[in-house]
Amino acid sequence: MTLHRITLETGADLHTFRKAVRWLIAEELAPQHVMFAIDDAPGLFGDETVSEAPPVAIPKGVSRLIEQVVCHSDPERYALLYGLVWRVLNGERDLLEVASDPLVHRIDLMARSVRRDLHKMHAFVRFRRMPGELERFAAWFEPEHFILEAAAPFFVDRFRSMDWTILTPIGSARWDRHELTFGPPASREDAPDEDSFEEGWRGYYESVFNPARVNPTAMRAEMPKKYWRNMPETAAIPGLIQTAAQRVERMIEQEATMPAKRTPERAIQAMWDQEPKTLEELNAIIAKAGPLVPGATQAVFGEGPHHAEIVFVGEQPGDQEDLQGRPFVGPAGKLLTKAMREAGIEREQAYLTNAVKHFKFEQRGHRRIHSKPTAGEVKHYRPWLMKELELMRPKLVVALGATAVLALSGKATPITRSRGRATFGPYQGYITVHPSYLLRLPDEATKREAYQAFLSDLHRIHDLAQANLETGELPLAAE
Amino acid sequence: MDEKLSKKLRILADAAKYDASCSSSGAPKRKSDPDGLGSTVGTGICHAYTPDGRCVSLLKILLTNYCLFNCAYCVNRRSSNVKRAKFSVDEVVTLTVEFYKRNYIEGLFLSSGIIRSPDYTMEQMILVAKKLRRDHGFRGYIHLKTIPEASPWLIEEAGLWADRLSINLELPTEQSLEQLAPEKDGASIETAMAQMFERIEEAREERRHFSPAGQTTQMIVGADETTDTDVLRKSATLYGHYAMKRVYYSAFSPIPDSSAILPLKSPPLMRENRLYQADWLLRYYGFDVDEIASSSEKGMLDLDIDPKLAWALKNRHRFPVDVNRADREMLLRVPGLGARAVDKIVVARKHTTLRLEDVARLTSGLKRAKPFLITADHHPKARLDKLDLRERLIEKPEQLSLFV
Repeated sequence: MTLHRITLETGADLHTFRKAVRWLIAEELAPQHVMFAIDDAPGLFGDETVSEAPPVAIPKGVSRLIEQVVCHSDPERYALLYGLVWRVLNGERDLLEVASDPLVHRIDLMARSVRRDLHKMHAFVRFRRMPGELERFAAWFEPEHFILEAAAPFFVDRFRSMDWTILTPIGSARWDRHELTFGPPASREDAPDEDSFEEGWRGYYESVFNPARVNPTAMRAEMPKKYWRNMPETAAIPGLIQTAAQRVERMIEQEATMPAKRTPERAIQAMWDQEPKTLEELNAIIAKAGPLVPGATQAVFGEGPHHAEIVFVGEQPGDQEDLQGRPFVGPAGKLLTKAMREAGIEREQAYLTNAVKHFKFEQRGHRRIHSKPTAGEVKHYRPWLMKELELMRPKLVVALGATAVLALSGKATPITRSRGRATFGPYQGYITVHPSYLLRLPDEATKREAYQAFLSDLHRIHDLAQANLETGELPLAAE
Repeated sequence: MDEKLSKKLRILADAAKYDASCSSSGAPKRKSDPDGLGSTVGTGICHAYTPDGRCVSLLKILLTNYCLFNCAYCVNRRSSNVKRAKFSVDEVVTLTVEFYKRNYIEGLFLSSGIIRSPDYTMEQMILVAKKLRRDHGFRGYIHLKTIPEASPWLIEEAGLWADRLSINLELPTEQSLEQLAPEKDGASIETAMAQMFERIEEAREERRHFSPAGQTTQMIVGADETTDTDVLRKSATLYGHYAMKRVYYSAFSPIPDSSAILPLKSPPLMRENRLYQADWLLRYYGFDVDEIASSSEKGMLDLDIDPKLAWALKNRHRFPVDVNRADREMLLRVPGLGARAVDKIVVARKHTTLRLEDVARLTSGLKRAKPFLITADHHPKARLDKLDLRERLIEKPEQLSLFV
C-alpha cells in the first residue's frame, strides 16, 4: 500500500489537520499508511488532495487535547495525534483514561509542555512603554511552541484599556483597545529597548531575594534560562548568587545588638489612644466610613442623653430618618414615642439608636421602599453598636425586633420565643417587637391587641429600669 | 521612576520579604472593564523567581517599616537599627499600577509596620486598596495583611476591597509569643482569625465581597524550641477551626541587625520542606497529626526522608499494596505516589492491568514506591522487611546548604 502524504502549514495548523482527519477516517486509512509533513509551500511533492469529508465524532477530551497539542513545536505531533484518533475510533473509545499507555503518556506530556509554555508566556512577557505622547506598550517574547493565538486573549482580559503589541518570531498580536489582530513575525529590534520602570523593578527583584536561602536550581526549574534574555530583572541574578554567602556570613558574624528598649508602653498607649472615647468620636468614624450598601443620604446616629438608663435599639433608619438624619422620626418612630409616653418613659430621657446606621432601600418609582438588612450587613455594623453601648453603659438595653436581637446577641433568634427579659453580653436586656410590625398588621382588632402587648412590654421595661435604680442593683448583669 | 522612590522601594521590599504567605491564588475570576486594568486567574501567576527559588507574584511591600512593636523575630522591630522609610498612599498606588501595566506582577500584597496606632495604619492600607479599585478600576489581586490590634470595623472595611486578608500567627505557642513578641497576644490573634472566618463564610452565603480568597497565615519555624508536632497540631487547628486556605511555614533566617535572643544560624530549609509535606498529608492524603507524630522522633520529622515514607517504614505491616486492587485511601499512603498519580491509577486500571513500567509513567517517585507496591509483574516480597530500607531510600539532597 502507498504512503499518503498530508502537508500542513508551519504553526498550529488545526484547520488543515481537522480537515485531513475527516478525510483519512472516511477513507479508512490507518496511521501506518499516512505521513504528515510541514511545509510552507505545499504541493511540491505530489501531496494527497484532501477533499471534504463529514465531521468525525470524537470524545470531547480528545478534541481538547488536539487543540493543545497542535501548538507543540514537535513535527511529529500530527502523526501522534492521528494515531490517537485512529485508536479511539477503533475500539478504544476510553483510551485517554489509560494514562499509562505509552502514546497517551507521550501526548499528555506534550500537552503539558504547551500549557506550561502558555502559562510562562502569561507570566514572563514584559511590556515596555513606547516612546511618544500616547501611552502605548510593546513586548518582545520568544515562546517555545506555537502559542501566540492561544495566549493573546489573556492579555486582552487583563489589559483591556491599554494599547499593546506582543512581538514574537512566530507572529505578532496587537490590541488597540477595541480589536485583537494578528500580524507577521517580528524581530527584537521592533520593540523598545528600555522602560523607565525597569530599574525600579530590578531593584525590587534584588531586594526580595533572601541570601540565606539561595537555591538557583529551584529558580531555574520554574524560570528556565531560555526565558531570561527577555526579562530585565534577570540581569541581577549572577551578582545576587555570587554575593549571597558573603552577605549571610556578615549577618551572622555581626554581634547581635541589644534591644534599646523592651517596654511595650508606647505600643500599648497607641492602642489605647486609637479607641474612640466619646460617642461624638465614634459617630465621626461611622460617618467617615460611608454606607455599606450605597444609596443612603447620611448615617443616622443614636439620639438621647449619653447617660440614659434605657437604650432602645431598632433595625435601621427608614426614609424619613435618612432625610432628617435622626432616628425614629417616621411613622414607626411616632408610634414608639406615643407608646413610651403611655408607659411612663419620656423619649427625651431614653437613648434611641439602630443596629444598622444607614438606610437601605429599593427604588420603586418615586418611592424608596425599605429593604431588610442581611445578617452580614448587621454584623458589619455590630462593632460600632457594641462600642456605642460600651461608651454609655446603660442599665437596660431594649431590642426592638429580630434585627436588633441579632445585632445585640450575634445570633438570629425568633422574637415570639425570646420576647421578654434577656441578657446581651454584660447588659441587662429586654426583647420586644419593632413598632413597624404593629403598623403592618392587617386588621384593627389584631392591631389593638398587639399594641396592648407592646405597651405592657414597655411597662415592664419601665419597671425594670426603676427597680435597678431603687435597689441599687448592679447595672451590669452577672454573666 | 525617580531615585527617591526607587530607594524607598528597596527598603520596604527588603523589609517585607520574610513574609511567605503571598500567593495570588483563590480570587474569583475577573476581567478588566473597558476602562479598567487587571484580571485574576484562579491559581495565580508567578511572574518571576528569585535565586532563592521563591516566586515573585505580587508587589510585596510594607507601607512603612517604622514600628511601635518590638517582636524579636522581626527585622522591623522598633529596637532594630535597619534603615527606615515610609511610602505615601499615592506612591504605593502608582507603583502597583505601573508595575502591573508592564506585566511584572499580579497585584499588591501590602503589609505595614505599626505607626501612630494600629487603626491609623490599617486606615492607610485600606485607602491604598480603595484608591486602586475606585480611581484606577483595578481588578488585579489585592492582599492586605490585617493588623489584629486594629478596630473591628476597619477589618470589616478592609474585607470589602481586598481579595484576601491575613493575619500572621508567626509563633505557634503562647510561650514563644510571650518570649519573642511581648506586645502580641495569641488569644487576640486567634479571636481575630475566628471573626474573619465567620465574616468570610457569611459573605459567601450572601454572595457579597468580603475577602473572597479566604485567609492564610504564616508560622516561623526554628526561632525557638517548638517541635514539628506542635507546629502541625496548631496547623490542624487552624485548618479545622478557621478554614485557613493555607498555613505557610517560614524557616527562620538570619536577619540584619538581629536580636540577641535569636539563633544566628542558617535557616532550617529542609525542616520547612518536611513541614510542608506533612501539611499536605494532613490536607489531601487523609493522615491525622497523631499518625505523623508517631513516625517522628521526639516530635521532630525525619529530615532525611519524606514524612509519608517515614510513616510507611514504621507501618510496614500495612504493605505491600496492590495497585490493581487497593482502594484509593490506601494508595494515597504509598510513598512516592502523589494524589494525581493515584487518581490516574484508579481510572486506568478499569481498562488495563498495570505493570511496573505503567506505574513508572504515572509517577516520578517509583523508586520510593517500589518496595511498597504490588503490580502485575512485581512483588517486593522480603525486600519490604529489610532493615536497611530506610538508608537505601534516602535521596541525596539536591541543593547543598551554603554552610556545609
